[in-house]
Amino acid sequence: MQIPCPICGPRDRREFYYMGDAVALRRPGPDAGDEAWDAYVHLRDNPAGRTRDLWYHEAGCSAWVVVERDTVTHAVHGSQLAAEAGS
Amino acid sequence: MRYSAWQVLRQGLTGNRGWAPVWRNPDPKPEYDIIIIGGGGHGLSTAYYLARKHGLKNIAVLEKGYIGGGNVGRNTTIVRANYFLEGNSQFYSHSLKLWEGLERELNFNVMHSQRGLINLFHSDGQRDAFARRGNAMINQGDDAILLDREGVRRHLPYLDFEQIRFPVYGGLYHPRGGTARHDAVAWGYARGADSRGVDLIQNCEVTGIDVKGGVVQGVQTTRGAIRARKVGIVVAGRSGQVAAMAGMRLPVESHVLQAFVTEGLKPCIDHVVSFGMGHFYISQSDKGGLVFGGDLDFYASYAQRGNLPMKEHVMEAAMTLMPMIGKAKVLRSWGGIMDMTPDGSPIIDKTHIEGLYLDCGWCYGGFKAVPASGDCFAHLIATDRPHEAASAFRLDRFRTGAGLMDEEGTGAQHNLH
Repeated sequence: MQIPCPICGPRDRREFYYMGDAVALRRPGPDAGDEAWDAYVHLRDNPAGRTRDLWYHEAGCSAWVVVERDTVTHAVHGSQLAAEAGS
Repeated sequence: MRYSAWQVLRQGLTGNRGWAPVWRNPDPKPEYDIIIIGGGGHGLSTAYYLARKHGLKNIAVLEKGYIGGGNVGRNTTIVRANYFLEGNSQFYSHSLKLWEGLERELNFNVMHSQRGLINLFHSDGQRDAFARRGNAMINQGDDAILLDREGVRRHLPYLDFEQIRFPVYGGLYHPRGGTARHDAVAWGYARGADSRGVDLIQNCEVTGIDVKGGVVQGVQTTRGAIRARKVGIVVAGRSGQVAAMAGMRLPVESHVLQAFVTEGLKPCIDHVVSFGMGHFYISQSDKGGLVFGGDLDFYASYAQRGNLPMKEHVMEAAMTLMPMIGKAKVLRSWGGIMDMTPDGSPIIDKTHIEGLYLDCGWCYGGFKAVPASGDCFAHLIATDRPHEAASAFRLDRFRTGAGLMDEEGTGAQHNLH
């Protein structure tokens, strides 16, 4: 599997560290309460199909990348820098 | 029909014409007392214990594929009770005891083989950790023996003890650990449940869960609506999708775990050997194939097949530990979909919906848990109280932070287990 890094181009999956669902970009405020933090840290849609997840180009340019991917076929549809993806 | 040596002899002498299918293939009834979603190892054992221990009769198991076609047929068959943490330790101890009586219980040969399991260690620090784990196992009433290097050499003379990166310092030996025939466990529980009146309904996919006023009413399926007073979800890697039908989001992320088998070889590996530092473990099946695996591919997946980097990693670890394995040819590989929780431990609990119960989060340890998961989930469904061996497997431990069971000590976070 190759991950398309917006800066480096398509690179081997082994260059990346996997962080999980891109929910990580939607950090609640410190006072958001237990339920919001539980949803952020633990609860997942866990879709069978298209998903957006967060990869770190550890052995490359060090960018955090949001990858749109299919969890059933392993097809990769696209990516963008987390800094530009917003939530 | 009760199986016995006498039956084998009798059927053999009469042309093997007397064997009958071991479970019926019924159409779903419009209503059951209890529906179990998922006809895998855990769902079948749950139905079995509901009927056998709690005397309940009107039960259906709904399976979207065929019995034995999911993770119960895609694992590496290891059975052990070498957990460290309170909660996990008593549960897996309970499960191993059930395994030890399972063939008599089910009148079915599940080929449970207590050939011994050895977890290798490669440093002083790791030896201390394994000594502590071994003491926890002994305190739980199970068995553990700390072997030094020569002790390991007597059991596993074929290892490369002097490898530079991970020289073998010793191992934690769990003599009651071993393997079982994975398909036979599913078939044995299916037969036992069916013979007690449980309807095993195959090719019946649940497409919706009916809830009214916070109380479960039944399910929608590809074979029509079925009403039920109680519904248990026990669908492993698909837990997220089925729970979503009831409006729930779970602390579960599904990942693929690969396994491999070589061509059949003469007996050469007598134990289950686990090389944690290299993410590699191995045993030999009764058919002769070396069955081995490694770690998750480490990205969310439902593909039931993995990628090449993890294959390479596993093969490298195998060659590092036991160079002789380089002469074996890999026959095939496959992947199973693991329902990973943030702390790496399972969930057997009620949900916020009355009559809806959840058994999931087995991570990569579901096979050995099949008997106890069924026993404890059946107890919860039948009595509405947790079984004492599974009382720590609470759904709310993630929200509250109380009672997390992070066996690996890496942190209760999704991408770390």
